[in-house]
Amino acid sequence: MAEQVTIKEVLSEEDSQKRNKKYNDYVASVTPKHSWIVNLFWAFVIGGAICTLGQALINLYRYLGAGKEDAVLYQIITLVALSTIFTGLNLYPKLAKAAGAGTVVPITGFANSVASSAIEFQKEGQVFGIGCKIFTIAGPVILYGIFSSWIVGFLYWLYTLYFQ
Amino acid sequence: MDYLKAFVIGGLICLVVQILMDQTKLLPGRIMVILVCSGVVLSALGIYEPFSKWAGAGADVPLCGFGNSLFQGIKKAVDKNGFLGLFEGGFKSCAVGVSAALVFSYLASLVFQPKMKA
Amino acid sequence: MAEQKMIGRQSVSFKNPPCILGRASVAGSKEGEGPLGSFFDYIEEDPKFGADTWEEAESNMQKKAAELALENAGYQPKDIRYMIAGDLLGQLIATSFGLMELKIPMFGVYGACSTMGESMSLASMLVEGGFADKILALTSSHFCGAEKEFRFPLQYGSQRPLAATWTVTGSGAVIIGKKPEKPEKSEKQKKEETAAKKCNSNPYILIKGITTGKIVDFGVKDSMNMGACMAPAAADVIYQNLCDFNRNPNYYDKIFTGDLGYIGQRILLDILKERGYDISKQHMDCGIEIFCDETQDTHSGGSGCGCSAITLTGYILEKMHRREWKRILFVPTGALLSPVSFNEGGSVPGIAHAVILEAEDA
Repeated sequence: MAEQVTIKEVLSEEDSQKRNKKYNDYVASVTPKHSWIVNLFWAFVIGGAICTLGQALINLYRYLGAGKEDAVLYQIITLVALSTIFTGLNLYPKLAKAAGAGTVVPITGFANSVASSAIEFQKEGQVFGIGCKIFTIAGPVILYGIFSSWIVGFLYWLYTLYFQ
Repeated sequence: MDYLKAFVIGGLICLVVQILMDQTKLLPGRIMVILVCSGVVLSALGIYEPFSKWAGAGADVPLCGFGNSLFQGIKKAVDKNGFLGLFEGGFKSCAVGVSAALVFSYLASLVFQPKMKA
Repeated sequence: MAEQKMIGRQSVSFKNPPCILGRASVAGSKEGEGPLGSFFDYIEEDPKFGADTWEEAESNMQKKAAELALENAGYQPKDIRYMIAGDLLGQLIATSFGLMELKIPMFGVYGACSTMGESMSLASMLVEGGFADKILALTSSHFCGAEKEFRFPLQYGSQRPLAATWTVTGSGAVIIGKKPEKPEKSEKQKKEETAAKKCNSNPYILIKGITTGKIVDFGVKDSMNMGACMAPAAADVIYQNLCDFNRNPNYYDKIFTGDLGYIGQRILLDILKERGYDISKQHMDCGIEIFCDETQDTHSGGSGCGCSAITLTGYILEKMHRREWKRILFVPTGALLSPVSFNEGGSVPGIAHAVILEAEDA
């Protein structure tokens, strides 16, 4: 953080924009933070564990005879299904409380955002409740994923026109 | 060995994102968007695909792996169909993940009720 | 006479102070398990209050609080002239649907989490002005309804920052009316004046005055740090109250803010100290009192309309009844934001309303 700002400096500042900035700095200095080592530890362990589970599933499907790419896809389906069930049973948020990024980053976090919206908004109806609001958190991921890959893909397409 | 790799790589990605979350107060929704878009870019730069081949699930399970497969899908489709491929590849490559999430979540909404946060 | 009611810049001093005739507090199970649990009139274990949705749950809760307050005071709905009520949900739906069946004329108010102070201020002015004899002032908040409206779906996994507060599930109601006339002298009265009176008779709790707060914005945009958003507003209204009435903080036994939490409390004390008042001895915060952070994992404290409402009706007024506290400055605090203003990058201004409560013998 920046240097310590005292409340005196905040209150004696007459320019309101400067005062607001000083106040925000002051607030930051009095606001406690999560113990970041503990946070990082659990993010690492739980995030790593979910990825390990993914690897185990890939190996399992390979063992059962799926091709390399199909095994990855089956793994995705399984992780998404597990995450949805954990969400419904209210276990995923418990895990997330400790894990932080460890449960947001994996594909299970994406599934959790879809499932939790579907469950929460069912009361508002099939179409305007679940139908619209199922995308409240996941929608941007799909939109910007598709859009950014389209942009980059467009550049790639230009490249193929000139160089191939 | 591939388990260890998946654990360490996946864990490290989550750890880096946790630092980002703690430092910037970005909400998880924004974090997910950033992850997917950075996956797309890293993939286009030719970095993510080799990384994913090496790291396995540790690179595939995090959402940046989702971004990677989006670009790889578009690239494949452009190679095959040219301009039209730009509009095909994205959804095709994320079809399994998104469909699974939508279908299972809808089913979950039939089975589960909203609950008080524990 | 009338001109003396207005005091200072923002305050009203009542010459015939309205009296709190009845009160009720309805709380959820987490609040019931908290340090103030034993004070609440009714604790509901079912987070949905027997309803199907969070919104209906909050309506049921508010209705329950209204009915209990009427019951405790021995009134029928028809005895009540007006209701002044509000909640946190969009367009006050918990209030509208919850109180509809009582068929009492109603004013809906929105003061975010400061609603209890706002409704009590308006009610006491109406009563003192002679426009009503009895008014029911109430408000509520529900953890799940608020999460759904302002944050994420309940089952979405996210980490709450340490500055975050936990929305209280609860509804508090008071009936404000004219101070009852002294009972007519009869043989009964003589009996009452004996020793039995001491344990039996409670002091009247009067609303001696109010200070209405301004909207204060120090440009904080972090909706997960409400205490910091609201502390300047609370400091402003407390400062104004002390100036307007020309009082020292020692005049009050306690100064209760609504839901500043630990961080907001620290900021409030800092600001007031800088402006010349040290209230660290008197200050308490409903949000800090209502939960035990260590065992209940609520982080900075409780929040929501219900937080100050049930702490007032359950805890503060009870302490005044027991004659442990005589003079209280009750200052519920509100953060003025909506999901839209937040998404559009707006700051979170604060507001607070102060109500002076004093216990007096009949």
